[in-house]
Amino acid sequence: MAQVHIDRVSKIYSGTQRAVNDISIVIPDGEFVVLVGPSGCGKSTLLRMVAGLERITEGTISIDGRVVNALEPAERDIAMVFQNYALYPHMKVYDNMAYGLRNRGMPKAEIDQRVREAAKTLELERLLERRPRELSGGQRQRVAMGRAIVRSPKVFLFDEPLSNLDAKLRGQMRVEIRKLQRRFGVTSIYVTHDQVEAMTLADTLVVMNNGVAEQVGSPLDVYKRPASTFVAGFIGAPAMNLIDADVSDDGSAATVGGAVIAPLEHSAILEPGHAVTLGIRPEHLRRAGANEKAEIELVVSAIEILGADTLAHGQIGAGGPGKSNLIARLPGTTRLEVGSKLPLAIDRSAIHLFDRETGRRIVSDKASQTEVTPRARLAAV
Amino acid sequence: MNKVRFGHSAIPYLFLLPQMLIVAVFFYLPAGEAVRSSFYLEDPFGFGSTFVGLDNYRDVLSNAEYRRVAIFTLWFTVLVAFFALAIALVLAVKADAVLRGAKTYRTLLMWVYAIAPPVAGLLGIMLFDQHVGPIVKLAALFGWDLRVGVNYHDTAFAMIVTAVWLQIAVNFIFFLSGLQSIPRSVREAARIDCRSGFRRFWTVTFPLLTPTAFFLVVINITYALFDTFGLIDLMTKNEPGNNPVTLVYKVFLDGFRGNDLGGSSAQSVILMVVVFVLTIVQFRFIERRVHYS
Ligand SMILES: Nc1ncnc2c1ncn2[C@@H]1O[C@H](COP(=O)(O)OP(=O)(O)OP(=O)(O)O)[C@@H](O)[C@H]1O
Ligand SMILES: [Mg+2]
Repeated sequence: MAQVHIDRVSKIYSGTQRAVNDISIVIPDGEFVVLVGPSGCGKSTLLRMVAGLERITEGTISIDGRVVNALEPAERDIAMVFQNYALYPHMKVYDNMAYGLRNRGMPKAEIDQRVREAAKTLELERLLERRPRELSGGQRQRVAMGRAIVRSPKVFLFDEPLSNLDAKLRGQMRVEIRKLQRRFGVTSIYVTHDQVEAMTLADTLVVMNNGVAEQVGSPLDVYKRPASTFVAGFIGAPAMNLIDADVSDDGSAATVGGAVIAPLEHSAILEPGHAVTLGIRPEHLRRAGANEKAEIELVVSAIEILGADTLAHGQIGAGGPGKSNLIARLPGTTRLEVGSKLPLAIDRSAIHLFDRETGRRIVSDKASQTEVTPRARLAAV
Repeated sequence: MNKVRFGHSAIPYLFLLPQMLIVAVFFYLPAGEAVRSSFYLEDPFGFGSTFVGLDNYRDVLSNAEYRRVAIFTLWFTVLVAFFALAIALVLAVKADAVLRGAKTYRTLLMWVYAIAPPVAGLLGIMLFDQHVGPIVKLAALFGWDLRVGVNYHDTAFAMIVTAVWLQIAVNFIFFLSGLQSIPRSVREAARIDCRSGFRRFWTVTFPLLTPTAFFLVVINITYALFDTFGLIDLMTKNEPGNNPVTLVYKVFLDGFRGNDLGGSSAQSVILMVVVFVLTIVQFRFIERRVHYS
């Protein structure tokens, strides 16, 4: 159990391109951190630098207060679960788990006790004499977990450990991994590109893009106050609607092609004509009541009925210069027809505002500003 | 899997026919002829032959010279196979460490090694040339008057070194591709589990290489026994008198130089049995061997 301190870490594989670019995160003891982001954003690279499988180009990584940059993976007291499990094909399940302990010169009796205990926790007792190729995908996954647990390491590292499982098993294992991590209280870093996994597992979410940590925060924080248009579009499904707009002359509304489409609360800090991107989550759009003023009118082009919800896809500002696609998540009882016009109301408080040029979130006051700045939350720990 | 069904037609047999013909003409016929003539005493001048039963075998097996050659062959085979495998493995492990991930280099290197053997063979023999061979000169520096083709032990030494030299390339390719087919993540898991690279090699890498290694052991034994014929011929310079030869070369010597066709046939039948046993061992082993995937 340990704190992991990633301090201004960068990775350059070759040339000048940075796979990981100046990332700093402090992970408190026992916390479960999820690195999430699109393919190629550098998640695995960062994780592998913590593991010691990849050399750190710049910066330092410390585990439990000790800088590990120059240490071999086996000296870092970490355990890693790989995407394809990476079990030793020639060893039985028992030996797969015992191998690391034997190499550390642990007494036989203790090894046996640890392996059997882990096998019991993971319901592997009856499989100990099998070889990996005689196991199902889910069982292999458990063995990989077991191999990590028996070492009782300071840090667990996971690189997309569930992505080779089917959807149902993935859901089960997700819950199980979280339970195990709580039970052992081991600091964990978990890489995934699946945002459901990310949201449900994380104490702290690190959203990465192009080698940079776009935002670090609790899952709810990231969902509620995305720090950039990238995060806004990445976290949440269906993705947040992002609409290019301008601030009206009196600063009280966002306009698209001259037509007001949303009221603004940020007037104090916005100049008229400021180019912004408006973010509205599909779930924050609702059908306007009969005597309510509809902010926007959606021309429905497709309907997805999911049971609990209905998703209405369509365009706003059709025909005009501000034409833009939009998705609204409506109650499952809503009756809609393709081609019809749907009046929608927006909660002012649910509107996210981003600077169109930088893509960064525009915050209305100082208080919320501290909340969304990356690193602030964790650096304070 | 696409399975083509031909029904009860003769077409599949027709397809097999050319292959079967080749096997029959070049293997079964000569083999059968060898077995037959091993029971006969052939007249050296070609005037008929007499059936002598197992006499040829008895003669061969009780012959002290034959036993001496058999013992040399055994040593030769063991040493050649061992060194050719061990050196190739060391080279492959070193190359693998450099080549990890770099596919272009790997292909290039394979090419070089695929083209190299004939050239390497020539080189190997030139190395021991009495007049210009650098190894001979090197030995002379240490006061060792290396006389290949004249001194029994010197010839044996040169034969083993050259045979090893020739076989390293093939072994290297197989070992390298075996190493490269071990999943990267398995090695990484081992790096996390085990600090010592040496221990890691013997507990994870090598066990995963055993299917390749076993296959190569059989290949190398076969090579040392049979494919070194030309090499021995060159090294002994047609004067086998005081020089070491292997069993295969002795078959040739007795049959074509000594004109003892019966005895030579009996020897080849014995060798056929050896090959047969080797093949069975190989299949047995491969069947039982775990195939990691
Ligand atoms: N060994 C390497 N040599 C050169 N470039 C590499 C190497 N490994 C990764 N990269 C590059 O570094 C970047 C980040 O790769 P990384 O594997 O960390 O992505 P990732 O976020 O894990 O993606 P995925 O979700 O697809 O696994 C990519 O652009 C990749 O091409
Ligand atoms: Mg990855």
